[in-house]
Amino acid sequence: MKENIVEFKNISIDYPMKKYTLRAVNNVSLNVKRGKITALVGESGSGKTTLSSSLIRCISEPGIIAEGEVIFNSNDGSLINVEKLKEKELRSFRWEKVSMVFQAAQSALNPVLTVRQQFYETLDEHGIKLTKEEKEAKCLKILDFVKLDSKRVIDCYPHELSGGMKQRVMIAFSLLLDPEVIILDEPTTALDVITQHYIFNLLKEINKTMNISMLLMTHDISVVASFADYIAVMYGGRVMEYGSVEEVFKNKLHPYTKGLINATPSIIGNIDDVRPIDGRPPNMLDLPKGCVFSDRCPFAKDICKEKEPETLYKEDGSFIKCHLFLGGEDNGK
Amino acid sequence: MENKTPLLSLKNINMVFKKPGSLLKDQYIHVLRDISLDIYAGEIIALVGESGCGKTTLGKIITGLYKPTSGEIYFEGNKVSGIFDKKVTSFNEIQFIQQDSYAALNPVRTIYQSLYAPIKNKHKKWSKKEVDAKIEELMQIIGLYPSEQYLSKYPHQLSGGQRQRILMARAISLEPKLIVADEPVSMIDVSLRLSILNLMKELNEKLKMSFVYISHDLSTSRYFAANGKVAVMYLGEIVELGQIADVISHPSHPYTRALVQAVPVPDPTYKGADELPLKSMQLGSLEDRTEGCSFKERCLYCTSECNKKQTYQSSKTAQVLCCNLSTVLDKDK
Amino acid sequence: MNKEKFSDFLSTLKIFFKNLGHNLLNFLKKIFSSKKTIIGFVLIMVFVFIGIFGPLIFPYDQNTDVANKYLLPSTEHFFGTDWLGRDVFRQVIAGTSSVLEIAFFTAIFTVTIGTILGIISGYVGGVVDKIIMSITNIFLSIPSFPVYLLLAALITLESSVSLALIISLWSWAGLCRSIRVQVMSIKERDYIQICKVMHMSTFHIIFREIMPNVFSYIAVNFVVAMRNAIMASVGIMLVGLAAYDPTNWGAIINAARMKGLVNYKNILIMIYPLVFIIIFQISTLLLSNGLDETLNPRLKVK
Repeated sequence: MKENIVEFKNISIDYPMKKYTLRAVNNVSLNVKRGKITALVGESGSGKTTLSSSLIRCISEPGIIAEGEVIFNSNDGSLINVEKLKEKELRSFRWEKVSMVFQAAQSALNPVLTVRQQFYETLDEHGIKLTKEEKEAKCLKILDFVKLDSKRVIDCYPHELSGGMKQRVMIAFSLLLDPEVIILDEPTTALDVITQHYIFNLLKEINKTMNISMLLMTHDISVVASFADYIAVMYGGRVMEYGSVEEVFKNKLHPYTKGLINATPSIIGNIDDVRPIDGRPPNMLDLPKGCVFSDRCPFAKDICKEKEPETLYKEDGSFIKCHLFLGGEDNGK
Repeated sequence: MENKTPLLSLKNINMVFKKPGSLLKDQYIHVLRDISLDIYAGEIIALVGESGCGKTTLGKIITGLYKPTSGEIYFEGNKVSGIFDKKVTSFNEIQFIQQDSYAALNPVRTIYQSLYAPIKNKHKKWSKKEVDAKIEELMQIIGLYPSEQYLSKYPHQLSGGQRQRILMARAISLEPKLIVADEPVSMIDVSLRLSILNLMKELNEKLKMSFVYISHDLSTSRYFAANGKVAVMYLGEIVELGQIADVISHPSHPYTRALVQAVPVPDPTYKGADELPLKSMQLGSLEDRTEGCSFKERCLYCTSECNKKQTYQSSKTAQVLCCNLSTVLDKDK
Repeated sequence: MNKEKFSDFLSTLKIFFKNLGHNLLNFLKKIFSSKKTIIGFVLIMVFVFIGIFGPLIFPYDQNTDVANKYLLPSTEHFFGTDWLGRDVFRQVIAGTSSVLEIAFFTAIFTVTIGTILGIISGYVGGVVDKIIMSITNIFLSIPSFPVYLLLAALITLESSVSLALIISLWSWAGLCRSIRVQVMSIKERDYIQICKVMHMSTFHIIFREIMPNVFSYIAVNFVVAMRNAIMASVGIMLVGLAAYDPTNWGAIINAARMKGLVNYKNILIMIYPLVFIIIFQISTLLLSNGLDETLNPRLKVK
């Protein structure tokens, strides 16, 4: 069994428009480790949602994968090239191998169906032959697992549930077909802090006990610090830095990662060290020449404004995309 | 400080919304219960709480958009009946900054039109030149210059951060003494949040404007209201009120304790609590509430005392609405 | 002091017109960015042109010429002649202006009544809202056709203005209701709340903040009302509520129908005004769809 459950290989995703083409994701290579939680961090428009939706091939219209491929190494040892799946195979691939928890739980659930109806429908759709009792037992079990009052909740309509409960129903829903990977798209953005804490504890438990790998998209770096194992920082459609959470937070190598961590106020420690990143988020249609972060980077050198940096891989699989760490001493001035 | 008249003083504010229920009986929801709060000139107060705790309703009462069901509001010592009362001194002295900067600007009016109208409305005798000069000055303050570049644009042509700055300009254009900011940064990219907060801090320091900062996020509240107060709200009541630094380092009320522990910290080496000191994660309901403590279902320290009406007690650092405060504090030792 | 005020007033006026010109130009640029709008607009302009200059170039001779009845289309009579030997082409041309007049007046009446009552109802709310809504309910629930039949027994409409009034009486209610709903939703938006916090006048809120937001909807409905007016006027002609005008498209169709459709030549006569009506309908449809696309923010792709 390979260590990486998902491998994004040189993926570029384009959005062809009438007059121009928007490249939302540019030549990204990234591995998602089996059984771990990998966080994709980035601001709006950094391409994190686009990248992760390429894993279940549901990039929003009119986006297309221009280059590269997504490889899925299933737990049973088979190797799946997501790009080459046929329609029918894709349908079973989604949810049976990779499922997703959406940001807006309220709009992801069908308002006119009860939780039970929606769960059963998905089971039927995927051709899982179970008796009525088995189905009910399965649904109740996963609802119990997400710490909901399963007997009551299963016959509720979505509007009868609170925001936190809906999000937990969504998590249960994503577990329904025993997937190997769950994509979490800002799962707690609309929820308050205490609910967020519970949801992440729950997800971590699922990750540990069921050995499900997770791909978490978020803009909140504090969540990543307390929850994820690996972090990939995205900016302007590129992954700027990737590594284990401990290493990345300890070293704060990439200027953007550093800026992002420094721009996040905390409830402990000194607040005087906190400062924003200058400038404004990149316009994807008019990216700076050279390194995409060069116009906001306090350490930018001449070469940063001319040439896009190569990716520097380290032995432990982590990488960084920045001129400051390329080419050694002679480039350092 | 104690002897000065507060800028705004809320006394026993209650707010009850009618919810159309069955044909015979309407339901009443007690959104705010017995809120008393003093805001002094130049002070920053953070209103913190879960969604649905009534913090936005309180903000709207302060700005005059809602009329409280009962209770009194004093502005600089004078009783105020409502914002539409032109004789009252609070006329135009309290301004409001909303969460969604896109919704807060009329989509079919240019930024210039949106800024021009309120100033002209307040200073009816001013010529266009004078108003233009004022707008120019405002654009300098909020840091959007050259201003021509922004004034002729429509809201959708600006970024979220720029729109939020425009809202700030509009709020200060009438030279208010108090600004109510309802989650002003929650919809803004992380790297820009601090610059907006810094701008508000600057306004507070230079123009001596008071701020009521409504948020669910303790970290940004701590940053923004560093030397100010925090009022922690739970189900329509202020459960703890004190200097924010003290409240966060030594929370007294059992709810505040849970809230502080639930906040994620941007540091992977920080070991937070795995389990929050709460009985359940379920937020209580505003409907069918009894006299007693609204937090008792979730409180670990709950006794029979909690069914009685609550009164404020003083801890070392704050005013706390809790019956068993001494027990709670004793457990620490 | 007064002089100063006056000059201030003048400068405000100047700015107003300057802004108006600027806005108008931008507005025109915006709406003509859609091909549908352009085609629809050009077609309607062709009809207007026909309406104004058509009768001058091809004057209509009312006199009958029975010897030349039921002639097939030829270079002399483009559409042939009718049962009394009159030129059908010239008839249709002569009818254009009255059709346009009815459409235009109906649209103006419908939009004015609907908008004013809709805004009042939505913004003021309460009892006023209830009263206006019950009036719209009456007009929406009573079908127009039986009333036309009843009225036809009592009066005959002479001018196109009164015809337009009757038609708009049965078409303002729907518009009024939809504008009311829009105003009610806009009224609750954040930017209107801010206006209240800033103590802006009700006049400002209605005319400067709300109106521009529903303007696109009104513009689209103006065109839609024009389109409906044509259909309704044909109906009114068929019922006989309006004065018999041999050149009106509806009247031509009606007369041909009365002559008996067994004679295929009557069908042929009917076809020409029908085709004109269809083309007019299509052009208004294109124009309203085009306007909707460019003006309606909900259809705009961000």
